[in-house]
Amino acid sequence: MARQQDEVVFETRDLKINALRDDGTELPIVKGVDFKVRRGEVVALIGESGSGKTTISLSSLGYCKPGLKFAGGEALLLGNNVTEMSTEDLRPYRGEKVAYLAQSAAATFNPSLRINEQVTEAPILHGTKTREEANAKALELYHALELPDPENIGDRFPHQVSGGQLQRLMAAMALCGEPDLLVLDEPTTALDVTTQIEVLKAFKQVIKEEGAAAIYVTHDLSVVAQIADHIVVLYNGEVKEAGPVDTIIHSSKHPYTQRLMAAIKPLPEAGQGEETKDANAKSPALEVRGIDAGYGKGSDGEPAAMILRDVSVSIDRGKTVGIIGESGCGKSTLARVFAGLLPPVRGDIFLDGDKMNGDLGSRPRQQLQKIQFVYQMADTALNPRQRIRDILGRPLEFYLGLTGKKKEQRLKQLLDMVELPYAFAGRYPHELSGGQKQRVNLARALAAEPEVVLCDEVTSALDTIVGANVIELLKSLRAETGVSFVFISHDLSTVASFADEIVVLYAGRVAEQGLTDKVLSAPNHPYTKLLMSSVPEARVGWLEETIGTKESSAGIGGGVTMTDTGCPFFNRCPLAIPGTCDVTSPPKRMPSEKHVIECHREISELT
Amino acid sequence: MVILILKRLGIGLVTVLAVSLIIFLGTKILPGDAAQIRLGQEATEANVAAFRARLGLDKSYPEQYVYWLADFVRGDMGTSLASDVPITKLIAERYENTVVVASLTAIIGVPISLALGILAAMFPGTLYDRVLTLISVSLVAAPEFFTATLLVLLFVFALNVGNAVVVGSIEGKGIVELILHFALPITTLCFVIASQLIRMSRAAVLNVMSSPYIEMAILKGVPRKRIILRHALLNAIGPIVNVVALNLAYLVTGVIVVEVYFGYPGLATLIVQGVQTRDYILIQGLGMIFCLTYVVLMLIADIAAFVSNPRLRHPK
Repeated sequence: MARQQDEVVFETRDLKINALRDDGTELPIVKGVDFKVRRGEVVALIGESGSGKTTISLSSLGYCKPGLKFAGGEALLLGNNVTEMSTEDLRPYRGEKVAYLAQSAAATFNPSLRINEQVTEAPILHGTKTREEANAKALELYHALELPDPENIGDRFPHQVSGGQLQRLMAAMALCGEPDLLVLDEPTTALDVTTQIEVLKAFKQVIKEEGAAAIYVTHDLSVVAQIADHIVVLYNGEVKEAGPVDTIIHSSKHPYTQRLMAAIKPLPEAGQGEETKDANAKSPALEVRGIDAGYGKGSDGEPAAMILRDVSVSIDRGKTVGIIGESGCGKSTLARVFAGLLPPVRGDIFLDGDKMNGDLGSRPRQQLQKIQFVYQMADTALNPRQRIRDILGRPLEFYLGLTGKKKEQRLKQLLDMVELPYAFAGRYPHELSGGQKQRVNLARALAAEPEVVLCDEVTSALDTIVGANVIELLKSLRAETGVSFVFISHDLSTVASFADEIVVLYAGRVAEQGLTDKVLSAPNHPYTKLLMSSVPEARVGWLEETIGTKESSAGIGGGVTMTDTGCPFFNRCPLAIPGTCDVTSPPKRMPSEKHVIECHREISELT
Repeated sequence: MVILILKRLGIGLVTVLAVSLIIFLGTKILPGDAAQIRLGQEATEANVAAFRARLGLDKSYPEQYVYWLADFVRGDMGTSLASDVPITKLIAERYENTVVVASLTAIIGVPISLALGILAAMFPGTLYDRVLTLISVSLVAAPEFFTATLLVLLFVFALNVGNAVVVGSIEGKGIVELILHFALPITTLCFVIASQLIRMSRAAVLNVMSSPYIEMAILKGVPRKRIILRHALLNAIGPIVNVVALNLAYLVTGVIVVEVYFGYPGLATLIVQGVQTRDYILIQGLGMIFCLTYVVLMLIADIAAFVSNPRLRHPK
């Protein structure tokens, strides 16, 4: 097939998509959208959730999610209007001319089928490749996507490979049929920053080599800057602004785009976080010393899977401690130890300087009141059958004994604190947006008038703008209430903008901890350095610059593995000393007061 | 996975032991004991005492329980109070009868029901799906004796085929003749299990059909038939096997109404006899047999569900 360079692969003309309501009426979701994708070009659709970006991208496959329908206009794939075709007519296009990559590869792979069967399924079914040809193509793609053990990885089941690998395997699945158009729907959003880099790099390279066109759906402008040629900014089902990536990133015209740009978190760099000296040297609000904790029951009373080893953290009154690390490093486990949900096997927990029982069940109510938990998913943390009034009223009654008018007054104050109108008290959680629910979730924790609030990835499920607003709220709450926060996140930029101190966890051990300013400036633990260098910058060309550095090659080196001996970061560390780092636990080095780095290298080598 | 299966086996064993204790204590709290029942009102004190000693009833409850359980494990369930026949022999004959009908019902009913249910899941919301749902819901609501009566009225009285009372030897009959012989009870039982099987298999497949990997298969242009048979069904095996096992257990243990209705000499009619004659040794034996049947079938279902789960079959 002659692949003309300027050929338009996909085009929408005044595309309209409606949602079907229960009462039979239709609600416009996509309101007349025009854009073009040419061969060899990556067009990014950006916007927050509800902007219609996923719906529009799926129109290229002639597909509407259940409950939606095409309501007008055209979606032309290679000149054919796919909105008017039947499922049977569309089959030759799907998987062959246009392929889809979903956000979560873990959910997109069938758990009961081997990976290779799923990767090669489309071209074999469509008869464009024989089984041998498809297998050869798949193998070629496994190599190109830098998957480990490419000869055999296809024989595994999806649960036998890591998340980042599965994400790349999904790319192989999409590319196996050599499609003209790729649709990528937030393919890196669920990944750690370190994994995101390798996946982005693999995608970019493969799209270039295969000469395909792509639609890249995301809400993250920093990612867009790395991979897209054109950007289409969507809001509420309409195109707000469109143009080449340089123009949009560096000189956007539309106020909405500017708001999106403003919501990009500042890069983590030194000088953030304030160092305040407290005259009254009181004991910390919450402190853990020498914690070992894990899950399951093994022999000799040790947990079957030990997660945390020798973790000591102290949270001063009114201060915010950020805990960062990739998924699987034990961040949430540490929060569970704080909260008493997971009693540690060794180590002590102190509240206001008093030793506290490790088990939630044997703590008195007064101690329970002082530590409150805010979960990541407000959706599941709030009882869907309770009104906001009841959700917030319960801790007011239980801990503070408030009833009647006093309770209502306090309720009003709480809603006011999280910047929600009082009228919301009568609503159910599902009547609120994601950001509003997270605010209620926070208010519920604050209702108990705690000393320490544990926030576990509270902004991770939210869009950039909404997430930034929640962080602003947390900052003002901290100033107003004097409550201490433990802020857990895999997102270093968010933590850096909010925390006074940072604890970097790796494989259940503290790699580095100290004041935010100190942790973010040299000397650094090599793992901190990897995290810092992996945060994408909202400028063109960042990805290429970063891939070359030794830090990022360390990130590609592998995933988090728990080890019993030595430093767990050994297998990924660019500075590892074989024979030392893999054998003995690293010593604690203190370049300055309250700044600890656990590494075998001398401080002078860590700058 | 071996450990998981062994665990299941252990749980099954504990279940059987717990049920055996309940059965044993249940018969002990009834007024009167075996000796009195067997010898009647007129027996002398001495006769009753001698008979008690013969049955071991003069020992303490824990001892009795242990002896009873040990005998049961050896396959000796005692002697019937009503007929002096060994219980084991009594049950063995009837068990065979019941299993014949249950197996025939399963052979016919299970594949048809599953096929109908899966077909309904392939075309949800269509006329076929709605009619099938209507019929299966009506069948759930109709009691067995009602269905049986309707069938007898229709076939035996109106059309003059089939037997309203199922008696006679099954020796030397081929499978087709057997099915004809048992046509009416089998049809009744099929209706009973079909409604649940259809609804559960439809729900199990539909549940899988709403998962993202099915949407992905649609977006890869996989034909609907292959989506159901290759992508969806593999993941629905676990829940479906469980429902099938529950229904098979029902066929063995819960068909009292149907057996009595057709006068069929199966386990169910035996338990009715046992209750009528206060033959509690027989009831104890039957209770244990029912319990074992349930536990074994559920064990098979659990193992099948483990085997169909790739995470357990191929650990990391």
